[in-house]
Amino acid sequence: MGVDGRNDDASRRTRGLAASLRRIYATFVKELIQLRRDRITFATMIFIPLLQLMLFGYAINTDPKHLPTAVLVQDDSAFTRSFLAAMRTSGYFAVRSVAASEAELDRLILSGAVQFGVQIPAHFGRDLIRGERPAILVVADATDPSATGGAVAALQGLSANVFARDLIGPASSLAPRLPPYELRIHRRYNPTGETRLNIVPGLMGTILTLTMLMFTALSVTREIERGTMETLLAMPIRPVEIMLGKIAPYLVIGGLQMTLILTAAKLLFGVPIVGSLGLLIGLTMLFILANLSVGYTFSTIATSQLQAMQMSFFFFLPSILLSGFMFPFRGMPGWAQYVGEILPLTHYLRIVRGIMLKGAGLQHLQADVLALAAFTLAAMSLAVARFRQTLD
Amino acid sequence: MAEATLRTDPPMAARGSQAGAAIVIDVEGLTKSFNGRTVVKNLTMQVRKGLIYGFLGPNGSGKTTTIRMLCGLLTPDSGRGTCLGYDIRTEADMIKRHVGYMTQRFSLYADLSVRENLEFVARVYDLDDPGAAAEDAIRRLGLENRAGQLAGELSGGWKQRLALGACILPGPQLLLLDEPTAGVDPKARRDFWDEIHALAHQGLTVLVSTHYMDEAERCHEIAYIAYGELLAHGTVEEVVANAHLSTWTVTGPDLAALAETLKRTEGVDMVAPFGSALHVLGRDADRLEAATRTMREAGPQLWRRDEPTLEDVFINLMSRSRDNF
Ligand SMILES: Nc1ncnc2c1ncn2[C@@H]1O[C@H](COP(=O)(O)OP(=O)(O)OP(=O)(O)O)[C@@H](O)[C@H]1O
Ligand SMILES: [Mg+2]
Repeated sequence: MGVDGRNDDASRRTRGLAASLRRIYATFVKELIQLRRDRITFATMIFIPLLQLMLFGYAINTDPKHLPTAVLVQDDSAFTRSFLAAMRTSGYFAVRSVAASEAELDRLILSGAVQFGVQIPAHFGRDLIRGERPAILVVADATDPSATGGAVAALQGLSANVFARDLIGPASSLAPRLPPYELRIHRRYNPTGETRLNIVPGLMGTILTLTMLMFTALSVTREIERGTMETLLAMPIRPVEIMLGKIAPYLVIGGLQMTLILTAAKLLFGVPIVGSLGLLIGLTMLFILANLSVGYTFSTIATSQLQAMQMSFFFFLPSILLSGFMFPFRGMPGWAQYVGEILPLTHYLRIVRGIMLKGAGLQHLQADVLALAAFTLAAMSLAVARFRQTLD
Repeated sequence: MAEATLRTDPPMAARGSQAGAAIVIDVEGLTKSFNGRTVVKNLTMQVRKGLIYGFLGPNGSGKTTTIRMLCGLLTPDSGRGTCLGYDIRTEADMIKRHVGYMTQRFSLYADLSVRENLEFVARVYDLDDPGAAAEDAIRRLGLENRAGQLAGELSGGWKQRLALGACILPGPQLLLLDEPTAGVDPKARRDFWDEIHALAHQGLTVLVSTHYMDEAERCHEIAYIAYGELLAHGTVEEVVANAHLSTWTVTGPDLAALAETLKRTEGVDMVAPFGSALHVLGRDADRLEAATRTMREAGPQLWRRDEPTLEDVFINLMSRSRDNF
């Protein structure tokens, strides 16, 4: 009778939520120990985010200033000096060399020593006063249009009012008439147009996508390749429990990465968090979960670790390109926007930029939060369905 | 009937390794093929409670595949059966709860220590105090000095001990051991078998695959499988007797030359050196008698009627089934 009880007890303990949680915990502890032993993976988890953050946030600026410039001055007048001074104060141009001839100017540009060549022709001042509209030749190395775009725009702005001070008295009739309207551009949320305010929150999304994807993508294939899957499958543990137990440690890691990035964003890059920090953390964890489940799903589909890595890469690439991280989302063709809408990163970018820069609340982000949650659920269901419970 | 006994009353059966005890493994017509090649054919097997059941057969004969089907790791293409009274197709969950499966290849976590591996197993099986259970197992296995060592760094013999320990830890009713002593030294092998006998004495049923003849002789019953077919089963004596092999043992000078002659003789099915003697076997006693008469009478070797060894029987079974293959 007593034995009867023990056996029944045993079967009851296999079922039940508490037993299930204990098995998830067992897997969690196991994974955590393995993670700790795997020094390289552990180091990658800390260094990938730091490195990416520094690279994208600091080093890479899509609106660069102080571009190396060479000038060829063939005229010595007050106008020339004003023009050069105005160029410098625009902040975009750093005059590195003064060329002696057109040939030298060409060579400087061709060799890439400078990005801009500015030629002020002989008799520039005299012709200007005579009203002959002399031309200033600006040669821009436009092989990277985004690098020169800002500077060219600044130069065009210059010409409108640079000579206002010099054209007085009889020459005042030459002063350009003001346009009949005023063009006032508001750069909202990022008034100075600083790209890092846009990039750093986006970086949080891409870094989390990359690292979370990579780590879980290996988790099941690793067990298969090392042969430990046979023991695991022979034990009374269910696929959902294995999945949750394997994902859980990376939620912790993801949380750490998030803290790291948010701290860096605030301290190093001065990115504000206009909205609620709590909401940001909560939704970031949801995003982390979404990526972990994608990675895990890949892991159940792939037959080797290499395959799993390739699949993650194929997912990562469109995430970067089509989510609005690399290119403006609204500038993409329709089909690309549809693809983008499927990716968790797209929704997360709206969430993180919304909260950090615009101060959006949960009510403004509902659609994106729901999309993330639905995505996560779908990925997890697929993973559980795909998980091979036998060795067939 | 068998189900009820099994699920409710282990201690009763613990005393009952006698005839009439409950049947723990009861499968019928199991067939499994991989990529169109049939690996296990129509296998029917019954193992009674408390027995140590040896599972023998050449490489690739389907032992591992059969064991995996028994514990729900592979789904048979056809056939049915129960393990501990649970259906192997539909109740794999319950089978996993009560069966300890030791894989042929070490498959615990190499990057976890001995203790961590055991604790993981204890937690998954939801034992009351995983830490204490692991500690107990470490003491029982004599692994105290290696408890903190990574499992991957253990020597082969210790790995096997650890794997067995992990199998027994959750208190299973049936052990499926797939070549547990491959590559283990004789002393460790003996200890291993002492342990298995002790477990069987407590009422555990053990199905153990092996390639060692001496281990086969330590089993209560054995089954021999070749090319996916179960060719013989029963006690060692039964298997030997059922083989109907007529056997002579020859001693004396020039055995090598004699062996060559015998191999070419019609009616002699097998010639095998056996220590300093020669085993000469035939499936048909009369033909063997007739074929060897002149040699027996001529000498100078000494011919003596004998019993075939288990190895003789297996090799005979194997060559016969290859002929039919
Ligand atoms: N998952 C699988 N996919 C394809 N073929 C398989 C698979 N598992 C086993 N086989 C094949 O089935 C046959 C039987 O293999 P099995 O491992 O059952 O033999 P075994 O009796 O355990 O051999 P050994 O004594 O060498 O361990 C082998 O030819 C093997 O190649
Ligand atoms: Mg095998």
